[in-house]
Amino acid sequence: MAPPSVKEETPDIAEAPRVRKRRWDVVSADALPVKTEEELETKLDIKLETGSKKRSRWDEVESTPSSGRKSRWDQAPALDATPMGQSTFGMQTPAYTGAAASGSAGQVAVTGMISDEELDRLLPSEGYEILEPPAGYMPIRTPARKLLATPAQTGSGFVMLEDTTSQSHTLAKQLPTDIPGVGELQFFKEEDMKYFGKLVDGRTDGDLTLEELKERKIMRLLLKIKNGTPPMRKSALRQITDNARQFGAQALFNQILPLLMERTLADQERHLLVKVIDRVLYKLDEFVRPFTHKILVVIEPLLIDEDYYARAEGREIIANLAKAAGLAHMISTMRPDIDHADEFVRNTTARAFAVVASALGIPALLPFLKAVCGSKKSWQARHTGVKIIQQIAILMGCAVLPHLKGLVDCIAPCLTDEQAKVRTVTSLALGALAEAAAPYGIESFDSVLEPLWLGIRRHRGKGLAAFLKCIGYIIPLMDPEYANYYTKEVMVILLREFSSPDEEMKKIVLRVVQQCAATDGVTAQYLREEVLPSFFKSFWVRRMALDRRNYRQVVDTTVELAQKVGVAEIVERVVVVLKDESEAYRKMGVETIEKVVAALGAADISERLEERLIDGILYAFQEQTVEDVILLNGFGTVVNALGLRTKPYLPQIVSTILWRLNNKSATVRQQSADLITRIAVVMKNCGEDVLMGKLGVVLYEYLGEEYPEVLGSILGGLRSIVTVVGISEMQPPISDLLPRLTPILRNRHEKVQENTIDLVGRIAERGAEFVSAREWMRICFELLDMLKAHKKGIRRAANNTFGYIAKAIGPQDVLVTLLNNLRVQERQSRVCTAVAIGIVAETCAPFTVLPALMNEYRVPELNVQNGVLKSLSFLFEYIGEMAKDYVYAVAPLLEDALTDRDQVHRQTAATVVRHLALGCVGLGVEDTMVHMLNLLMPNVFETSPHVIDRIMDGIEAVRNCVGVGIVLNYTWAGLFHPARKVREPYWRMYNSAYVQSAGAMVPYYPNIDDEPEYRRSELDVWL
Amino acid sequence: MADKLRAQQQLEQLQARYIGVGHADTTKHEWMNNIQRDSLALYVGHPALLQHFSVALNEPQQKVRKMFIDKTIQPCGPPKDKDAEMED
Repeated sequence: MAPPSVKEETPDIAEAPRVRKRRWDVVSADALPVKTEEELETKLDIKLETGSKKRSRWDEVESTPSSGRKSRWDQAPALDATPMGQSTFGMQTPAYTGAAASGSAGQVAVTGMISDEELDRLLPSEGYEILEPPAGYMPIRTPARKLLATPAQTGSGFVMLEDTTSQSHTLAKQLPTDIPGVGELQFFKEEDMKYFGKLVDGRTDGDLTLEELKERKIMRLLLKIKNGTPPMRKSALRQITDNARQFGAQALFNQILPLLMERTLADQERHLLVKVIDRVLYKLDEFVRPFTHKILVVIEPLLIDEDYYARAEGREIIANLAKAAGLAHMISTMRPDIDHADEFVRNTTARAFAVVASALGIPALLPFLKAVCGSKKSWQARHTGVKIIQQIAILMGCAVLPHLKGLVDCIAPCLTDEQAKVRTVTSLALGALAEAAAPYGIESFDSVLEPLWLGIRRHRGKGLAAFLKCIGYIIPLMDPEYANYYTKEVMVILLREFSSPDEEMKKIVLRVVQQCAATDGVTAQYLREEVLPSFFKSFWVRRMALDRRNYRQVVDTTVELAQKVGVAEIVERVVVVLKDESEAYRKMGVETIEKVVAALGAADISERLEERLIDGILYAFQEQTVEDVILLNGFGTVVNALGLRTKPYLPQIVSTILWRLNNKSATVRQQSADLITRIAVVMKNCGEDVLMGKLGVVLYEYLGEEYPEVLGSILGGLRSIVTVVGISEMQPPISDLLPRLTPILRNRHEKVQENTIDLVGRIAERGAEFVSAREWMRICFELLDMLKAHKKGIRRAANNTFGYIAKAIGPQDVLVTLLNNLRVQERQSRVCTAVAIGIVAETCAPFTVLPALMNEYRVPELNVQNGVLKSLSFLFEYIGEMAKDYVYAVAPLLEDALTDRDQVHRQTAATVVRHLALGCVGLGVEDTMVHMLNLLMPNVFETSPHVIDRIMDGIEAVRNCVGVGIVLNYTWAGLFHPARKVREPYWRMYNSAYVQSAGAMVPYYPNIDDEPEYRRSELDVWL
Repeated sequence: MADKLRAQQQLEQLQARYIGVGHADTTKHEWMNNIQRDSLALYVGHPALLQHFSVALNEPQQKVRKMFIDKTIQPCGPPKDKDAEMED
């Protein structure tokens, strides 16, 4: 059993293991054992009450079926059957068997076996015979041995994920996805039968009553929404929303709510059902009232779900429900739950009330809250009332500010309540309010300061922890002098509690120290003299490094203290830790130093301390048994902060790096290569060019590295060295380095690719002359493969490198390579080639590229022509105004493309026109643009969304080039055409013109004389 | 279906921002109203144009301005019966 905790704002989420479905199914004491609330007393009580219910693995077989069930057909949706059951309960635990099945299916997919059905479909039925396996043959069934049998390397090189394996085909066929009146579904689970079984009972619409028909209609729609394909889902959702009022709240919720309580509901299904409720609520409005309670019962548990999205969805529904049902109704519905005996109910109710408050406004709820918090009847009501306010603060953040005074006054009396629990939750709520209000609103807390300060003197243990937490949040709001005074007051208590054995208390104390140290009023001297000694004594101990949360708190608090007392003070104390024998503790020290130095610099550090620091960090770095990025970061940060002062230590650091580069373990090598990347700049600044040359040569020798992760880091190290020493000074010389890189370009690992392409690109940009043209061409060929990399950064770098190479060796050869690549099948590769051509044209001037490109358009092949058009589109996008000299040259090509039969041709040509026109605004090529407009206009009746969008874009661009008047003259003809199909695109054209240039259109509106008022008579005025 | 819906949503969004945009069912009367209002707003919004009108009409600029602004109320007379207009 977990130790009692006082941290109340998030515990249920972290601790409660998906309790939501249980309580609401079984309202009796059965539900209690699954409830994990934080208070120890409650837990103990519950345990006593229901001790017999807690089942061990051994009695589950008896206890599961004996929980009052007659037959398995009439069982409620989710009785608490322990899902550890064996195959006897296969039906009841489908999620588990399902998971197991998919697991083994996954293994089959890995080994690539072909099932019998697959073979039947693949091979013709005649001429083949199925043979009996030999008598002694035993297929391998154990998955472990199977995996050994196929040493498929995972993690190196990228793998295309196949979603259409043979298994998924056959599997999909086995499920009944076709329901009469619904159509082909994406999936149909066994549990769905419980709810949707009626749809397959075979009765025809003729012999059903009106009510039954309605029920089935809703059922079908829900099934479509829950299990259908996206388009199906969309239309079904629409229907159910539009007809919500006709269906009525009863019929709808009677089906939706049980579905939502289904235990095996997947997140996606839940999301869709929540969406249905959401939409339906809007439509039903006040008609939902009779169902408010039922909906709440189902939705409230979502509020404490461990999944963030479930919580957000729960909030959304309750907010909408509150808006639809109204405040009065919500209060009267939830009122009984406020002092419910079950703490779980009270907790969810408090959260629900907080959501209602955020939906309907805090002021509306405030009188009610005041009454609840002052309840004389039961302390549970007061507890819940305070909790509501705590939740409001957490939920709404700084939006509580306008109502802060009211909220604080509401709960202030509860601070001196006779019930310890109420006092605790009150101080936590005040803390939450202060946190939400920070840095404003201290005046609202005036009334509670006194009881708080009396409280920290009077209470001990958990109560004290909560009070301290609250004060920790209030102090940062105060004026400096008050903050200083109160900090000194509270520090006495804190120092006393430094030695508390309670973990929870430790965390809170650390947090409060952190908050106090951050306030303005607290002086460095005070912290140095009063706090630091005992802080380091109590918290900088090995034991603190072992627990993750303690570790974090200590590091954060120390960094916060360093902000006040300075780097030297902290580093001085922490530096000894770096040589401690406990690795976790060393790591804690390195992380603290890293954060402190990164935030405050190393100027304060004295010469002696600097020596100890470097020594310590080198020790920690060398002694690590598990390579950790914390040490890498720490080392890098310290070296960079010390800058020139690192010079004396560099030889030692470099020899460590060299030693570790030679290590057997891959992660050690990788880490040292990464360290080179971090310290390269400092080495250059220290003038250690010789050392860098040495490192460069060593890295160069390690280019044969087999682990891709390490190779990537080595390349990264080389790149950082090249960057700082410059291409011409580089050791080894570029002419040696680059030929070694060419084969590495073929490596498919993402990290390797990224680092190589970066290095090659840098060389191509700065030092292309060091390498022969032939080598660059070889690299060009390798680069083509990179154009289909998954990572955008790699593709972008490859494209840019094409540009640099073209600049270095002239565009002709590169262009030929690229143009040939337009013929490949893969779309992404072609698109990237098109981009590369555009870049080459930009770097080498368009006239070097355009003739070849236009010549390529003569190839009677769709892909090539499209590729050319795409290149032209990128080309004109990149060259902008330079395009004006080439307008007449490309016009005939565009003419041809715009009158092609193929839609995609016209679409791409329209994009070319668009970029061309936008590049040439105001440059005197209006004649050609009008010509293009003439060719674009007939395309406005295209219906495919992509095509029509591009065409409209083209027209828009031409409009920008030739002026709105000319384009409008084309538009008038269709605005009031008898056919709607004509009017629609014309109005679209008109609208886009109107949005961009309504003012400029005024002179061009036609004269319409059919009514005297239609005339714009003022335009007849002449001067 | 989905595209139509999207187009509809886009148009609604556009209409919320620019009152003068139209659609296939815009009547000539509505359209002319927008044209008139846009024109009047343009005259008022450009000082040079306003001066031109004021000199030509021999009226103070403020009066001309007010006249234009007043005219934006039902510039084409009272709204017409929509069906009647659709027929002609």
